[in-house]
Amino acid sequence: MKTFKEKHIIFTGFGGQGIVMAGDILGKAASIFDHKFATMTQNYGPEARGGACSSQVIISLEEILFPCVENPEILVCMSQEAYSKNIKSLRDGGTLIWDTDLVHIRKTDIPEKAYNIPATRFAEELGTKMMANIVMLGFLSAVEHLVHADALKRAILDSVPPSTKDNNINAFNTGREYGHTVIKGLEQPEHVTD
Amino acid sequence: MFAKEVLTGIHFFNGDQACCEGALAAGCRFFAGYPITPATEIAESISRRLPELGGIYIQMEDEIASMAAVLGASWGGVKAMTSTSGPGFSLMMENIGLGVCTETPCVVCNVQRGGPSTGLPTLVAQGDMMQARWGSHGHYEIIALAPASPQDMFDFTIRAFNLSEQYRLPVIILADEVIGHMNERVIIPREDEIEIINRPKPTVSREEYLPYKAEADGIAPMATCGDGYRIHITGLTHDERGYPGMDAKTQDQMVNRLVAKIRNNRDKIIKTKNLYLDDANVVIVAYGISARSALQAVRDARNEGIKAGLIKLETVWPFPEELIRSLAPQVKAFIMPEINGGQMVLELERCTGGACPVTLVSNFGGSIIHPGLILSSIHKAIKGKS
Amino acid sequence: MTTQKAPKTVKPHPMDSLLRTERIPHIWCPGCGIGTVFNAVLAAIKNTGWDPNSIAMVSGIGCTGRMAGYIQLDSFHTTHGRALPFATGLKLARPQTKVIVVSGDGDLFAIGGNHFIHAARRNMDITVICVNNLTYGMTGGQQAPSTPLGAKTTTTVNGSPEEPFNFCYLASSCGATYVARWTAMQVRSLRSSITEALQKTGFSFVEVITPCPSSFGRRNRMGSALEMLKFYHGRSVIRGDIDPKDAAMDIDKEIVVGKFVDIERPTFLDNYAKFNRLQIPHWRSTP
Repeated sequence: MKTFKEKHIIFTGFGGQGIVMAGDILGKAASIFDHKFATMTQNYGPEARGGACSSQVIISLEEILFPCVENPEILVCMSQEAYSKNIKSLRDGGTLIWDTDLVHIRKTDIPEKAYNIPATRFAEELGTKMMANIVMLGFLSAVEHLVHADALKRAILDSVPPSTKDNNINAFNTGREYGHTVIKGLEQPEHVTD
Repeated sequence: MFAKEVLTGIHFFNGDQACCEGALAAGCRFFAGYPITPATEIAESISRRLPELGGIYIQMEDEIASMAAVLGASWGGVKAMTSTSGPGFSLMMENIGLGVCTETPCVVCNVQRGGPSTGLPTLVAQGDMMQARWGSHGHYEIIALAPASPQDMFDFTIRAFNLSEQYRLPVIILADEVIGHMNERVIIPREDEIEIINRPKPTVSREEYLPYKAEADGIAPMATCGDGYRIHITGLTHDERGYPGMDAKTQDQMVNRLVAKIRNNRDKIIKTKNLYLDDANVVIVAYGISARSALQAVRDARNEGIKAGLIKLETVWPFPEELIRSLAPQVKAFIMPEINGGQMVLELERCTGGACPVTLVSNFGGSIIHPGLILSSIHKAIKGKS
Repeated sequence: MTTQKAPKTVKPHPMDSLLRTERIPHIWCPGCGIGTVFNAVLAAIKNTGWDPNSIAMVSGIGCTGRMAGYIQLDSFHTTHGRALPFATGLKLARPQTKVIVVSGDGDLFAIGGNHFIHAARRNMDITVICVNNLTYGMTGGQQAPSTPLGAKTTTTVNGSPEEPFNFCYLASSCGATYVARWTAMQVRSLRSSITEALQKTGFSFVEVITPCPSSFGRRNRMGSALEMLKFYHGRSVIRGDIDPKDAAMDIDKEIVVGKFVDIERPTFLDNYAKFNRLQIPHWRSTP
């Protein structure tokens, strides 16, 4: 795994997609199972479901003091509104990741490092779209080296209800495998429009 | 039979969850509260955990009732707490005063959000510092702690319970939205590594017992309901027997004791974390979430060769008056970052007595203070003197 | 008021064991009905035969609130209106303690009204004795939520423009398991009713209509304390079989007294134990 000193990641989408849970799992994987430092903060509107929401994760080799993420190196978008709202914040040279079916990207926005996955569709095929966040985490683990995949799996097992453990690991593996094929250039980003 | 009360291990908790686990580790077995952003997660976490530990969670009709129920539970012999944010903290003030006057151990965690009034429910502020100090009517001393991380939330909640039991008063935790909602590593030690202090109990007979007669340390042993002492507890000014005394002399004796038990023990109560202080000529005094930005600024300044130091206030009340007084003649400037229009900075200014300049770096709430702002204030302080 | 010198030897009062005798004389005005209610509460406590160390009294602010200062039990004189939530915390921390709340109509139903309806709804296992003197006595006779329409108080000199509450109807509609009303003249009924209320599991409520000759009586030209007592007694009609909503509380027409509600309902603690699958009384580990 390539080493880095500090990475800033934003997951963003709408309430109910497990955006905060995705950030929680990533932070947990880094700070508990990968022995790094991590913080996870969240922004949400007053609505319990459906409003725009985001979780911001910092993973670092050193103690993190300022926990706010202003310009992430990795931006994961799972809704159109979240994409529109956050795309300008992506750091130069940063990575943009989005759900193929839920977000339409403007060509001019596409950075050098850009990956997409129909995470929600895959999750639905696996039984429930509730697991789109876990599919996305699997995908993220393949395209960006933040934490070890094992640490992520342990964090997932630590976070989900016992009866859903197998399904969630399946979801993670699905996303991760798709990520590997994308990296190898076997799949091309789809649905790019203006 | 019961679940684990101390979740020994490494966790990725938000501050609210850490507060809940700290309370349980300290022996809290009663929580009365009312949901309010951004403190709701404390109530949610503890409502799940208390029944399995044989404790009681009750959601009251409002924060006035919550605070009253916490006092009642404490007099029932159980360690009790509540949590809230600005609007609820305002409603609790009346019974926080009753807790002070009747010397009732309990803990109130205020996860601060932007105010005044309903303000910014989901966004950070540190605007209740003075309300914690003087929010209830009358003259009294209070203890308030300011956590700067989820780990602090765990550790300080235990300390809050210990202080409340030791000194017999409501102890306030002044957290904030970012600390409450931020997840970070929290290490929970083994149960036998956690120091727990319980309220002093009377050893004399019922005939000899005076509920408000202090021992040498200024604290009166506390008989609670059902101990057989048939105590009378009142929010009226009372004498050593606990009976009302409607005169200036009784008032003087009672309030003096309430004040003295904190003032005379402030060396044991006050805790600061002093970093890079030995050779510092610019000293940042900070607390809560702002202490993290301050530490970043101090490190950045040190990298530039500036002798900056940090006093992180772990207890905000009582204020570390002696420390500031002793440093004031030696340093070029003090800087205080806080997310309000300037509250603790007034205390800082008072303690420096004009011996050196004091600068406030602040906003009114909604976002935390950027380390860069503190760093430029450090730059200005250095230039101003040279 | 007696100006006679106190006798050298004071005869022990039958209730001395439950009194903080060092705090007597009390602060209540001559002719006040609170003493009668206090006596009835003490007698009822004796009737139960309970260990006094297992009983606690909680009060709020006001004339009635001072009862907690004279009773030789664990007693708590709290803030205005907050006796019930304080008692709620006390009861839940020590379910084995019998908790009695005594307070006035203003304390329980104006400033404390919200706490009253929720404590009754939860069916907290607490007995509430409300001394209803139709006014705020301690502060000199202001309008209360019990003040009759048109009655004069220091804040309604031309007559109160508000309809008062019917406390028994309110208590029963919020779910109280025991509801009764008496006047301070009906001492025997009052004693046995308070005894029943104490022994009742759940939220039990007894309202006592008492004279406040110093404030309410004086302003409304009701004569002496005795005349007031007789007046209330004369207006009272015992109706045990009546729906609380029809149990009129109108000093100008009739004061319906009696026991209106006596039902069984799971308490907060019963339900808490049930839904959390806990065993009472072994559920609470001692701290």
